[in-house]
Amino acid sequence: MTALDVSRWQFGITTVYHFILVPLTIGLAPLLALMQTIWVATGNTAWYRLTKFFGKLFLINFALGVATGIVQEFQFGMNWSEYSRFVGDVFGAPLAMEGLVAFFFESTFIGLWIFGWTRLPRVVHLACIWMVAIGVNASAFFIISANSFMQHPVGAQYNPQTGRAELTSIWELLTNNTGIAAFAHTIGGAILTAATFVAAIAAWWMVHTTEDDDARTLYRPATIMGCLIALVAAASLMFTGDVQGKLMFVQQPMKMASAESLCHTETDPNFSVLTVGTHNNCDSVTRVIEVPYVLPFLAEGKFDGVRLDGVQDLQKQYEATYGPGDYRPNLFVTYWSFRMMIGLLAFPGLFALTALWLTRGGRIPKTRRLSRFALVTLPMPFLANSAGWVFTEMGRQPWVVAHNPTGDPDIHLTIGQGVSHHGAAMVWTSLITLTLLYAALAVVWFWLMRRYTIEGPQHHDSEPAAPTPPSDDEIAPLSFAY
Amino acid sequence: MGLQQLWFITLAVLFIGFFVLEGFDFGVGMLMEFFGRTGQGDPEKHRRAVLNTIGPVWDGNEVWIITAGAAMFAAFPGMYATLFSGLYLPLLVILFAMIVRVCAIEWRGKIDDPQWRRWADIAIAVGSWLPAVLWGVAFASIVRGLPVDADHQIDLSFGDVLNPYSLLGGIATAGLFAFHGAVFITLKTTGAVHGDARRFAIRLALPVTAVVAIFGIWTQAAYGNDVTWIALGIAVVAQLGAVMLVLTRHGDGWAFLSTASVVVAVVALLFGCLYPNLIPSTLDPAWSLTIHNASSSPYTLKVMTWTAALCTPIVIGYQSWSYWIFRQRISAEQIPPSIGLTRKGARR
Repeated sequence: MTALDVSRWQFGITTVYHFILVPLTIGLAPLLALMQTIWVATGNTAWYRLTKFFGKLFLINFALGVATGIVQEFQFGMNWSEYSRFVGDVFGAPLAMEGLVAFFFESTFIGLWIFGWTRLPRVVHLACIWMVAIGVNASAFFIISANSFMQHPVGAQYNPQTGRAELTSIWELLTNNTGIAAFAHTIGGAILTAATFVAAIAAWWMVHTTEDDDARTLYRPATIMGCLIALVAAASLMFTGDVQGKLMFVQQPMKMASAESLCHTETDPNFSVLTVGTHNNCDSVTRVIEVPYVLPFLAEGKFDGVRLDGVQDLQKQYEATYGPGDYRPNLFVTYWSFRMMIGLLAFPGLFALTALWLTRGGRIPKTRRLSRFALVTLPMPFLANSAGWVFTEMGRQPWVVAHNPTGDPDIHLTIGQGVSHHGAAMVWTSLITLTLLYAALAVVWFWLMRRYTIEGPQHHDSEPAAPTPPSDDEIAPLSFAY
Repeated sequence: MGLQQLWFITLAVLFIGFFVLEGFDFGVGMLMEFFGRTGQGDPEKHRRAVLNTIGPVWDGNEVWIITAGAAMFAAFPGMYATLFSGLYLPLLVILFAMIVRVCAIEWRGKIDDPQWRRWADIAIAVGSWLPAVLWGVAFASIVRGLPVDADHQIDLSFGDVLNPYSLLGGIATAGLFAFHGAVFITLKTTGAVHGDARRFAIRLALPVTAVVAIFGIWTQAAYGNDVTWIALGIAVVAQLGAVMLVLTRHGDGWAFLSTASVVVAVVALLFGCLYPNLIPSTLDPAWSLTIHNASSSPYTLKVMTWTAALCTPIVIGYQSWSYWIFRQRISAEQIPPSIGLTRKGARR
């Protein structure tokens, strides 16, 4: 493999890994804030216990998310330095804003939240977790704004003197329609992930606990809360996904054509549910199951009269514009990751409806089928998130900065132009080091998450301690310590 | 003053913030193990008391490097691209160390088991020692100059980072952070831990002063200019002041302020030596990256200036508030029993 291939593998591995952890952080922070708010508002200690229980899982996960996030920032410079040089004037700004506006915020308030349970007045402590929730979501906004420049460069102009893209409007950059849609879609995915996480774990416990009181006051309400939020999130995903899809048909027709394995330009093509073939060779594609009307609707919101460009024709267009080269993404990956992203949504949707039905009118289901269903459902939103990002990033290949059909024609960059001038061996060192480290940490992460889930809410968290304001000469035991 | 000069200073300020704050975090991590070996009380409680001095704040402190990196990306993309790809392997080691350290600090108390804590302690020590040394090596190497070619690419050879001056830089920052950390622990603790911290600070005082002084004077002599004399002077005075304050027990707060000033002055000295370069080229001075040829466009710098001007006071405000909330000194006696789970769950 060349340094380019190795760099791509490293980016793929580290980013997919990071984004297993991050959606749970982004989604669970507001859910924790909601749980804690219910406790503070009603005084119902069940919600205190739930906050503590899910809070521990949140923190185990948060640590690894923060740790792997540092790599994300460093590797743009380490492995993609030519890309950094080309877009730094534009791309650096949202990253720096993320640090200044969001990351400082969430990191400081998470410390206050962890250690402040008895140090701060209840309402102030509650405000801290809301600050964390706002911070992590603001983080996502800036990062996705940066990513959206790579998908649909706006607010910038190519400067032939410096040979790079330069920012002309921060407002246009941050209100990129691609970015707004992707942000809403990503947050929807994160909320779905966290809500499913809460619902699945609570449902599992509802079935397995031997304490009837806990099942009624703790796990049933948490299951219902998780399921309701998951359903709302799933609905928002369909809506925002549709908006994003319509944008992509215009902005990156090649991505959408390859998502459909649509090889030749057609009018009102059918939506493909299943195709077989090697997919990287258009000639071998056999469409097995197809549905009419869907694809024109996805693309333009009408059922007929829509002409969609095929991969082969786009390839010819791009060759004419950008010179010889292969401008087709990996069809197999884009086709299947697109279907995986959408298809896996069925699990949390069905699970939420099932669990809501089984818990209706105060019922407490004790069937093991439900708890098994919960365990199967739990990882699905995580996989769907990964699939979605694999689709959107792989679908953009071979571009690292896609060209904007209505923007500055000189702003575009291929991965080959963006990669650092390293020998393959050096990047291999990095890829192997990080992959081994990540693998070891994944084992510990999973083991800790599982251990804390199976242990359930702990005894020492059953009653909230009274808040005591700090006094300088007090030698009381700390309420929380590492 | 132009925006490029302003952003050079801003970048220096962000790195100063990082090294002052994360400096004592590194110091705490570097020394934590030794607090468990002083022979008094329960060693585990001593270690935990030390770790908890940074407990609520270390995560916020670490963000300074993320922001410094991102600010470099935004304001001096040429420097970011050249430096991060050029210092590839040192940065990889720093990344490795920082990842391991974050997880070890957060996960250490999650499982109540001596073997588990052993591993976490090793990870915290490695994760603190490595970056404490390597940041110094990296900065000294930059000040010394890197083989930047006409295309602003660096083909690094071992001698560029493994040379007497760079290694001395590494020893100086490691020593400085250990000393800074020990003084920080005296400020944040009472009882036996406080006494131990003070003893460590006294033991470190002389060698650290010597190595920082040699590094400072070498830096000034080889790469300094008229203005950097001021930074060197402040560093020396502050270091001597810190040593006096530690020896005479005249206020832990003042001693901490002094070690913090040393860190500020040393980082200012290094940045002062660089100016107006960002990365001096050892191949041809004309190929050096400067604040002029590596910076962003005026518009981007203007946007970033507004962002920084609006946000930095707020950041400093709530970070200070967080330090105020956790201002209380802690002692080993206050450390509650571990609430971590056992390694194996009870059979249900």
